[in-house]
Amino acid sequence: MRRHLLESADLDRADATLVLDTAAQIESALAGREVKKLPTLRGRTVVNLFFEDSTRTRISFELAAKRLSADVINFSAKGSSVSKGESLKDTALTLEAMGADGIVVRHGSSGAPHRLATWVAGSVVNAGDGTHEHPTQALLDAYTIRQRLGRLEGVRVVITGDVLHSRVARSNVWLLHTLGAEVTLVAPPTLLPVGVGSWPVTVSYDLDAVLPQADVVMMLRVQGERMNASFFPSAREYSRRYGLDATRMAKLADDAIVMHPGPMNRGMEIAADVADSPRSTIVEQVGNGVSVRMAVLYLLLGGPA
Amino acid sequence: MTLLIKGAQPYGEDAVDILVRDGVIAAIGEDLSVSTGRTIDATGLVALPGLVDLHTHLREPGREDTETVLTGSRAAALGGYTAVHAMANTDPVADTAGVVEQVWRLGGDAGLVDVVPVGAVTVGLGGTQLAELGAMADSAARVRVFSDDGKCVSDPALMRRALEYVKALDGVVAQHAEEPRLTVGAQMHEGDRSARLGLTGWPAVAEEAIIARDVLLAEHVGARLHVCHVSTAGSVELVRWAKSRGVEVTAEVTPHHLLLTDAQAEGYDATFKVNPPLRTAEDVAALRAGLADGTVDAVATDHAPHAGEDKECEWSAARPGMLGLEQALSVVVDTMVDTGLLTWREVADRMSVRPARIGRLAHQGRPIAVGEPANLVLLDPAARAVVDPAALASKSRNSPYAGRELPGRVVHTLLRGELSVLDGKVQK
Repeated sequence: MRRHLLESADLDRADATLVLDTAAQIESALAGREVKKLPTLRGRTVVNLFFEDSTRTRISFELAAKRLSADVINFSAKGSSVSKGESLKDTALTLEAMGADGIVVRHGSSGAPHRLATWVAGSVVNAGDGTHEHPTQALLDAYTIRQRLGRLEGVRVVITGDVLHSRVARSNVWLLHTLGAEVTLVAPPTLLPVGVGSWPVTVSYDLDAVLPQADVVMMLRVQGERMNASFFPSAREYSRRYGLDATRMAKLADDAIVMHPGPMNRGMEIAADVADSPRSTIVEQVGNGVSVRMAVLYLLLGGPA
Repeated sequence: MTLLIKGAQPYGEDAVDILVRDGVIAAIGEDLSVSTGRTIDATGLVALPGLVDLHTHLREPGREDTETVLTGSRAAALGGYTAVHAMANTDPVADTAGVVEQVWRLGGDAGLVDVVPVGAVTVGLGGTQLAELGAMADSAARVRVFSDDGKCVSDPALMRRALEYVKALDGVVAQHAEEPRLTVGAQMHEGDRSARLGLTGWPAVAEEAIIARDVLLAEHVGARLHVCHVSTAGSVELVRWAKSRGVEVTAEVTPHHLLLTDAQAEGYDATFKVNPPLRTAEDVAALRAGLADGTVDAVATDHAPHAGEDKECEWSAARPGMLGLEQALSVVVDTMVDTGLLTWREVADRMSVRPARIGRLAHQGRPIAVGEPANLVLLDPAARAVVDPAALASKSRNSPYAGRELPGRVVHTLLRGELSVLDGKVQK
């Protein structure tokens, strides 16, 4: 394993499989235990450095670190020195001086974790940077697919939504490709990046056409405000063309699953009855997120102190 | 004052002695000698007319923490320049006779290069109202180049009026070609890399659409247009097309766009964030070809000093721009001379003669000939050195060439017969 987890594009198949296998081992080690805690990272300090609000991801990392017995500090940019204009570099050097072994960073600027990694000695875990990557989300998604379908090789995954602005989409494209899955991106052309042609994916503008062949449908959150910049005419038209409702879901194969990284816009990209259907893995994804993040922290920080 | 330069090779041709007296080239020949004055041995050095930069950010007034007219003049002299055009996006903006005269006077005080102020096209670079272009032209600074550089004069009606108005001043509008509605939040060249890196794209079309519009406007009103820092293959094509129609358009390319590509954005080191952004290898090849065939008239540095904290940060928070004055000639040697794309005479044409003509500088960009002003650079084309930002004369350190080995060392620079640089050391 590398020193940092900055992007899933960095992970080769062996690295990625190791994370998934480690997560599975951790899950079975804790299964049925009364005290859901391992002593692995006792004495290590993990800082959750969140420059953007993300309660779910922060809580997931916090729980993961605590279950490994690490000391956890939550550093939220709001109400801190950062809101008074402190630079990312000065924040990094401060955390470094305090002896952080691992820094879990969420930042609105693509590449901020990469910069951070050049300024600190500890390990940096990217918990989402701008519109770039969110590698632990992709790892937990891959873990969930493997758990449900028993494999990743050859699995046909359709990712639908605002690919242009989605770090989840980018991380999933690279990781799923590395793990042998076949990815199809579906979006209105306005929400696909120029340059998507160089990605190892198939691109379609027609959700109905690709659903019958899909093993997995992953719905991305779409912000209704995007219509203000003319990415689509209206939320209603978006939902009609690219939302997953019960009628569309009926086109899926019997064992196909529906995923969403959350938080959902019910009624926009996903209908409530789809989100709550047995095909939906949305709640499992949350639980698996903790196991996968434990695996990541263990692999990065679990070596000799 | 008398200076004898022994054994220099004008334009890389046969070695001769050059005698400089009272700021003028007094004699050129073999085995010249003088009884008084200084003699410098220039054996193996190429002599070119002093370089002229159409595009320099000297940051004074307003950001003297990053560069001053003096430190920028030192950097320019060390780069072989004898004249630089100081861009107008200072604080306050150079949009009045008062500000351009202040910059011009500071340049005179520094005394290392001719500092030629550029005047803003619009008040405060606001893009809505013409600045007093005539007052700046008539001032002691004698402004002939007008630019809102850093911002595009995007309003087509205003651009038309500016092009028309400066005809009376023998001036030129130097356009920063960037359609602002197509570059909202833009961070890097829009293409395969921006898609993967998750950085908002700056599409080539945002530059090309403005150039296409402006060459047609210039043709329509019969005015001169200069296009700043062309960065795409399409821009070169448009300029070539416009010239073939007889439009009075000129264009410049920066050293960094001749050498570097968007691959530099990998790793998110904001030293490489620049506007217009670094483009693809295909664009670099087209820019080199355009400079070689003369479609692109000039190399201009877009020297843009920035404070450390404005670069040592998240990419999207960083200011765009990079240093250029001290390495421009080396980059041209590397990309254009050593590759066989330009002769030394053509280097002189693109880095001195044509920029001086575009800026209407009568005493710069002159040939190396008897009776001409002694504005000269002497360089060692064979010397190679690794760029160390800490060793630069600029007040800032944001060089994109840090750690890169480049050929061509400026050994001496003369401004009107005075050594501004001797043995690679600036004299003031």
